[in-house]
Parts: sequence; C-alpha cells; structure tokens
Amino acid sequence: MNEVANISGSIRRRLTLQLLGIAAVLAALLFVMVMAYAKQVAEESQDNILSASATAILDSAAIQSGEVTVDIPYSALSMLGNVSDDRVFYRVVADGDYLTGYESLPETTPPRGQENRQFLTSHYLGESIRMVSATRRLSNAAGPVEVTVSVAQTLKRQRETLERISTNAAYIGFGFFIAAALLAVLAAQSAVRPVQALANSVSRRGPQDLRAVQAPVPGEMAPLVDALNRFMARLKKSLSRSEEFIAEAAHRIRTPLAVLRTQAEIALRRVERPENRAALKEMIRAIDESSRAAGQLLDHAMVSFRTDHLEVREINLLELAEETLERQRPLAEMQDKTLSLQGEVPPPIRGDVILIQNALSNILDNAIKYAPEGEDIDVTVACEDSWVVLKVCDQGPGFAPEDIEKLTERFSRGKNAQDTVGSGLGLTIAEEVAQAHGGHLKLSNRKNTRGACVSFYFPQS
Amino acid sequence: MRFLLVEDNAKLATSISERLTLDGHVVDHAAEISTAQDYVATADYDMILLDIMLPDGDGRDFLNEHRGRQDDTPVIVLTARSEVSDRVGVLDLGADDYITKPFDFSELEARCRAVMRRKSGGVTNAKRFGDLVFDPLAGTLKIGSKTVTLRNKELRLLEIFFSAPDVIFSKTKLVDRLFSYNEDVSENAIEVYVARLRRHISASSVQIVTVRGLGYRLSLT
Repeated sequence: MNEVANISGSIRRRLTLQLLGIAAVLAALLFVMVMAYAKQVAEESQDNILSASATAILDSAAIQSGEVTVDIPYSALSMLGNVSDDRVFYRVVADGDYLTGYESLPETTPPRGQENRQFLTSHYLGESIRMVSATRRLSNAAGPVEVTVSVAQTLKRQRETLERISTNAAYIGFGFFIAAALLAVLAAQSAVRPVQALANSVSRRGPQDLRAVQAPVPGEMAPLVDALNRFMARLKKSLSRSEEFIAEAAHRIRTPLAVLRTQAEIALRRVERPENRAALKEMIRAIDESSRAAGQLLDHAMVSFRTDHLEVREINLLELAEETLERQRPLAEMQDKTLSLQGEVPPPIRGDVILIQNALSNILDNAIKYAPEGEDIDVTVACEDSWVVLKVCDQGPGFAPEDIEKLTERFSRGKNAQDTVGSGLGLTIAEEVAQAHGGHLKLSNRKNTRGACVSFYFPQS
Repeated sequence: MRFLLVEDNAKLATSISERLTLDGHVVDHAAEISTAQDYVATADYDMILLDIMLPDGDGRDFLNEHRGRQDDTPVIVLTARSEVSDRVGVLDLGADDYITKPFDFSELEARCRAVMRRKSGGVTNAKRFGDLVFDPLAGTLKIGSKTVTLRNKELRLLEIFFSAPDVIFSKTKLVDRLFSYNEDVSENAIEVYVARLRRHISASSVQIVTVRGLGYRLSLT
C-alpha cells in the first residue's frame, strides 16, 4: 500500500530548469549586447576625437614659399591628451614624402575629399593603436599637393573602459539571472499547485470515500481527474460487488444447510435405533463443520477485504471485549463454561471495531470448543510496554510446543484438536487482524496450569 | 413458549416450526413482513425469530417499526450473512440477539434463555413442585429458606423434569435436550447430572426416581 510510485522527473523541477535555462540565455545575450554597444560607443567617440585632431592638423597645413609647412596646433594633440593618458602618434606626408612625425606608422591611402577619413586598428611599437588618416589638397605653383595627416592613439584607456563596462554588465546580467530564477521557481510552484491540491484532496479522503473528485481543476488536468473518477467508480462497484458476493454466498450456503440441520435434528428425535442415531449425529456434525468452514472462509474474505479499508476509530478494548463476551456467554453457558473478563480501562487503541470483534469471537469460539466442560475461559486486558494486550486463556489441553509456530498458518489445525469441529481459520483471521492494526498475535501455554493462551498485541494510539 | 417465526424460506420455516414444536413450543409462521405485522397485532409472543432477507422488505425495517411501537417482545434475528457485517445494524436497531444459520437448537434455546433473563429484569418466574421453588431464568432453586444456584446443565435438566412432573424421560431424550450434537457424549453422561441434581434436592420432598430400563421422572416422596 505504501509503495512509492514510479517517479520519472518532476514537473516543477523540469519547469524550473527550463525557465532557468531561458533566463541564463537571456542574461548572456544581454551581456553580449551591452558589451557590443559599449565597444561601438567607445570606438566612435575615440574616432571622432582622432578625426577632429587630424582635421585640425590638416587645417594648419599651408604652402609657404613653395614648401608645405605644418604648424601642429597644441589643441590638436591636447584634445587627445584630455581624453586619456594614452600615447599619441602623428605623421604628416605630402605627396608621399614624409614631412614630420613618426615615419614608421602604418601606411594608409585615405580616399580624397573633405569628409573622407580612413580608420585603422593596428599595432605600433608593441601596442594596439587606433589610427585615422585624412587628406587635403593644397594648391602650389607647381600644382596641387596631397597632404595626408595620420593621427594614432593607443587603445589602453579604451580597453580599461570596456573592462569596467564589462564588469558592470556582468553584474547586471547576473542580477537579471537571479531575479529571473526566483520568478521561475515561483512560476513553477504556482504551475504545480493544482496538482498538489488534487493529490491532497484525494489522499485526505477516508478509505470508504470513493466519490468522484468535484474540486475545480485546470483544463490540462481534466483528463487525469476524469480517469481517476472513472477508476474510483469501478473500484466502488467492485468493492460493493465483493461485499454482495460474500453476503449472497453466505445466504446460498447457509440456508439449505439450516434446513438440512433442522431436519436432521427432527429425525434424531424420532429414531430410536442406536446406529441410526449415530448416523444422524454424524450428519449433524458434518453440517456444522461445513457451515463453520463456510462461515470462517467468509469471515476471512471479509477480514482480508476489510484490512485494506480499515474503518479506524478510537477503541476502549475492555468495552469491546465485554460486548463480545456478552454475545458468546450463552454459548459458553450451554456447556457450563464461564467466561470471565478482567482488567482496567486501558489506554485507547485505534482500530476497526468490527474486525477486532470478529477476531476475538473466533478465538473465544475456539476456546469454548476446546476447554473442558465446567471450566473457565479468562479474558484479560492489560498494558505491556507500549502495547495493549488482550489475552484469552482456556483450561484445555494447550498447544503442542511444535504447533505454536505453524498454527497461525491458514487451514492448519493443532494436533490436540483433531476431533473437534473447526476449520482452523480462526487463528489466521486473528493474526491478520492483529497485523492490520500494527500489532501481532502470540500463542502460549499457561505457565502453572493446563491451558492455552492467545494474546492480541495492539499498539497504543 | 410462543414463537413468531418470520422466515420466507418455506422448507426452513416448516422444519424450524416442527423442531420447536417437538420441544413443546407453539409457533406461528409468517413468510412476509405484512403477515408478521398482522400476527404481532393480534397475538402476544414470548419471542420473535426474524429473518433479514424477506420478499416484501428488509427484516430490519420490521425491527425498526416493532421498536417504534414500543413493543418489547424480544427479537432474535436469524441471519445467513457473515455475522459481523449485520451485527452492528441489527443490534443497533433493537434486536436482542442474533443467531447465524444454520443454528444448533440448543444454542437458540440458550440465547432465548439469556434474552429472557435480561428482559425479565429480576421479576421471578418461579415454578413450584412440592417444597421446591425453581426459577429457571435466574437459575436458582429454593428449598425452604435455602437457595442453591444451579449450573446450566443442572438447570436445564431440572427444567425438563419440571415441565412434566411424573412423566418418564428416557436417557436418550434427556441427552438430546441437554447436549449439543457436537458434544460427543454417551447416554451415561446423563447419570452425572442426575446425581448432582439429586444431591441438591436431597433435603426436599421431591426426588428423581430411576425407572429401570425406561428413564427418570420427578416425583414427590
């Protein structure tokens, strides 16, 4: 009954993981995009300053006495210095001839025109540089002169800025991921809440409650609930069918046996010849044996059926024993046997009244059958550690020691009871009932006197 | 005793009636609840034997109505079903006891006796013979001012003798009445109980006489 279902994954975990995956991808994407944008902005602003610087230098280029002169304005380089402490390089070339600056800066061939600039990222003197080149045509007496100005700056500062931005972007991305993760867990929880609600409402039910589930459920779960409801309807039908079957079987078996037995008793009153009387008595005994066997089989079926569906409530075992004894008393009196009950009110136990009464009746029935006429059957209720013990002792022959172990097995009967009516299911029923209540059955012989004892051990509630 | 037997199975009803008649009881038989209600309305019974499954309804409904009418005629339910499943309902509805089919008539007798003893509530139902005052329900026997409590078989044996003083009862008949057929006893077992009874009544004017070859009878000295 307590088998764990075959579990393959959990909806909540899967949903959480999927949402976390999506959040991670989005966070990474966010990071990459922020970085790309930051890089673009940083490059653009550096390029703008570089080209402003190149333009300023270019603007200062002039022709003086047929020579190209460049008077590099302070501002042209200081604007670069203001922006950063990066190293700045420049070069001025006129018609392919080196004029001033760092001659070995990478060669460029910027397109002609006022607005045209050529941008280049390269290496110079072991450092990464960003370089811009611009060209301007000056008119000379000998013809036009192409003046090309290149201004370069190392990328150290830009790199630093990008690193700073990257750290910040990483923090933001991580924060975004954490926030998304929390939301994912909450979302997954709220998604499985209806499933848990359904599980709770089904598992809170009593064992006899096989009504259809009526609580509102989300559309996706409707097929499951429908299937569950149909299953419970089938179960209910088959349970009531087995109860009906037990009742019907009992009726079909016992009514004709009752006719037969009564007729046999009547016949016995009328016949005188000893051999006829002996035959009739044999017949009555056989009828009793079959009806008792049928009764115990049906009892056993009922007990098996019911142990799966215990109707549990708090029981005062002393009261229960008293009621059961009251019912058996006329039977005991018929044989001049006395049923006595002793004990104080025990702590309550939790159990199924009908089952325990049935088990006790079966044991009392055995005791009444096996105890010698005129002797007593003692029932005691006592506490032993955490158990409430219900003990039935007779004054019969007792159990054979080798029987004690196997007596509770179905259909086995004790060596000492060969000639008494009974199908031997009584002890099996009793043991099953004790076990269904988390207890056990103990067989023993009386210590100082003749007699057998059967003890039910029930755990205190 | 006067019984009302409410049982729809004709064969079973006939044989139960016949069997009870053999013990000197009077039995009316009703096969349906409606007939049973007519009987109850017109006659007084000492005991009602009630089946549960009846053609025109459930025996439990009859029981319910019966108790509703404040009629306290004891009812013993005859059930074919497994004892426990009916037990609660039947006893809660006011049945005094129940017995599972097929039943031993000595068990029925024992249950009737127990129910009547409970119902009598201490009212003595004593019978007299000679200087003996015998109360079968209480199980007591008075000789003058001395009271003896009898064990069950002694009591039932004395009851048989009291039912027809001076009539001879054979050992066979006494064994049949006294023992369940499941008890393996010889006819001589009756001698033990006769001897015990004789001891109890030795001081009285009543004695149990052995009629050689025929049996015993109760008579005045």
